Amino acid sequence: MSTMASTDLAIAVEDAAAHLYVWALKDIPQDLRDALRDAMGRETHRVGKRILETINTNVSVADEQGNLVCQDTGIAVFYARVGERFPLHPARIETALREGTRRATLDHPLRSNTVHTLTRVATGDNTGHRIPHIHWEFVPDWDGLDVKCVPKGSGSENMSFLKMCVPADGVKGIKQFVLESIVGAGGKPCPPGIVGVGIGGSADYAMYLAKEAIARPVGTRNSDPVVAQLEEELFQLLNETGIGPMGLGGDVTVLQCHIEHADTHMTLNPVAVNYQCWAARRATAHVSVDGTVDYDREA
Amino acid sequence: MASHEVTFPVTDPGEILKLRAGDEVTVQGHIIGIRDRTQIRIFDQGVEPPMDLRGAFLLHTAPGVRKLADGRYEKVCIGTTTSARMVRFTEPLGAQYGVRAICGKGGFPDEAIEPMQRLGMVYFAIVGGAAALETTQIEEIEEVAWEELMPECLWKFRVKDFGPLTVGIDAHGSSLYHDVQARAQEKLKELYARL
Repeated sequence: MSTMASTDLAIAVEDAAAHLYVWALKDIPQDLRDALRDAMGRETHRVGKRILETINTNVSVADEQGNLVCQDTGIAVFYARVGERFPLHPARIETALREGTRRATLDHPLRSNTVHTLTRVATGDNTGHRIPHIHWEFVPDWDGLDVKCVPKGSGSENMSFLKMCVPADGVKGIKQFVLESIVGAGGKPCPPGIVGVGIGGSADYAMYLAKEAIARPVGTRNSDPVVAQLEEELFQLLNETGIGPMGLGGDVTVLQCHIEHADTHMTLNPVAVNYQCWAARRATAHVSVDGTVDYDREA
Repeated sequence: MASHEVTFPVTDPGEILKLRAGDEVTVQGHIIGIRDRTQIRIFDQGVEPPMDLRGAFLLHTAPGVRKLADGRYEKVCIGTTTSARMVRFTEPLGAQYGVRAICGKGGFPDEAIEPMQRLGMVYFAIVGGAAALETTQIEEIEEVAWEELMPECLWKFRVKDFGPLTVGIDAHGSSLYHDVQARAQEKLKELYARL
């Protein structure tokens, strides 16, 4: 194996980040395409069916024209899995992800969404104070880096909900909160999408887990069978609410429900909901220690 | 439920009154792009919009564009944003400026129903996120005002076969969003009983 100067490796990660951001926006993953086609087959309401047809047409038009699927380029959220022996320090990885985001925005050009929260002054390049967001995971006995980019649109992000249920609310409380959240959201988050649920941990960590959940391939199940069973049950229940595509009524309200969990304090029972719209964009790259980058459509 | 083609801006109120919640509509002519900051400027800061909004079709959008050397703008990707954030501007848009149609995604809450009925306005639901398709239906960006609000400027687009749109709220007091939500609230009671 050849070794690589860390500056070259930083450039490889920056290039990957720039490519991932644009690629995610244009070419949605196959599992999502399959879920959207399946939804069109299941929908029996006239308006809902027409909307799902338009969604599928739009995905084809984006392919044909090389255009973005949705105009909302979002906040770039990166999920970095860093091997213990990957030779670029996370501080450098963070800089590379930020520079890649900035470069993709200015070169394409992509619409920039980032503003100062109080003054609303735009930064112009989709980076800013604490933007992009990066989720970190560190992996022992490995020398690679996986980077996933999820451009997160605001229509769905605005439909985020947190409740500190109490232990006496039990699992029933969790289910009720997810159901009432998605019904209350109605058409605003661009249904049918992926309902990400985070349970346990603490208030902030539950929402962090909900954001992890929306980034999984559509329909993958949690490795814990108890959690997986709750995913399946909520998926069925949510599709009985009748909210339908774009909230105009129908059989298909969500494409999936994904749950991530953490253990919690004995007196806590937090539940967080983070919605991901039907345009659930994500793209992944595997970066090797020698700077080779493999792009992955399925991860 | 019927299908219609409507050309904007409209001068005949009958063009709006013929539309019923659930109908499918394709739009021709000119539409105006508008968003949060544009409307905050008009109504909260009291700045007169430099475009005629009489009979207009407003689209809730902040387009992705490329500026050309001659100062004009070329479309990159134009889609539609969530309307609910901007519901409070519905009444003054109709009453003060004569706007006839508002198009967005996700719908308006029930507070829009009464002013839309009183003022003869309609809400069109577009398919949110379907921007690649929407971009092909926008022929040209003809005018841009308030560029300093980029991308939340006031935009004038010429469109061809813009849609398909669904009448979400009509000028007769009907709202699909209200109906879907009312049924869903009843359904929730049944689902909670099963948990």
